Amino acid sequence: MSPQRAGDEELWAAVTEPSRRRLLDVLLAHGEATPTALAGELPFTRQAVVKHLAVLGRAGIVEGRRHGREVRYAVCPERLDAAVRAMSDVAARWGVRLTVVKRLAESAHLDRRRGARMAGD
Amino acid sequence: MIPNVIEQEILIEAPMDVVWRVVTEPEQISRWFSDSAEIDMRPGGDGVLAWKDHGTVKLRVEKLEPPRAFSFRWVFPEGAEPREGNSMLVEFALSAEGESTRLRVVERGMRDMGAWTEEEKARFVEDHTAGWVGHLGGLRTYVAQDCQVSMRP
Repeated sequence: MSPQRAGDEELWAAVTEPSRRRLLDVLLAHGEATPTALAGELPFTRQAVVKHLAVLGRAGIVEGRRHGREVRYAVCPERLDAAVRAMSDVAARWGVRLTVVKRLAESAHLDRRRGARMAGD
Repeated sequence: MIPNVIEQEILIEAPMDVVWRVVTEPEQISRWFSDSAEIDMRPGGDGVLAWKDHGTVKLRVEKLEPPRAFSFRWVFPEGAEPREGNSMLVEFALSAEGESTRLRVVERGMRDMGAWTEEEKARFVEDHTAGWVGHLGGLRTYVAQDCQVSMRP
């Protein structure tokens, strides 16, 4: 948690939004795609896809290249990697904690069904 | 780099009241979060989470609405009152899904710590980061051991 740069905040806002994460998944699967192609595979309008791509573009995570009349977008792996790595550190901690909560609750539930009581009862 | 919002969720095959107890009872919290937990469990109540190897962290309960919502603020400067801008907010939300429970956690506020001096930030980074690395390692071992145990006939 070092003092952040403005660019990092943009990077964060870009990748922490769930719709954009889905868009990135589809884009990564294609390697390169036009907004129209992306909208065909996502529950967003083409207009929404273009907006998300603009946010990702400002953060440097995707780049658009013009091919005749259309623009094709591709992920910049290094920038995405940097964002995901930093985010996943914090997210992973909560992921692990939730996994333990799940284990505790499910075993307490089974115990209770078997007639035992939770600690503290 | 600092995230502003982290979200994680998990589907638990247990009813909401059981999940609620695991998430909010201090003696359960000390099984999935810290080594020990002392919390005055009511809105505005103070608490302390402690880890054997890396010290303590104070928290303050914000919302307690059984069995759906629990939130607290933590990681605020020593001696300060926790509020938006100087702390991180952790929110748990429970919802029923058939006979199971979806548990969602959102942690936010990491980039809003404007009230912190650079020195406070740096000290926090050192304390908190080092602590969490060890803590995460411990939890992983715990989960892995449990999987091994449950796989035995």
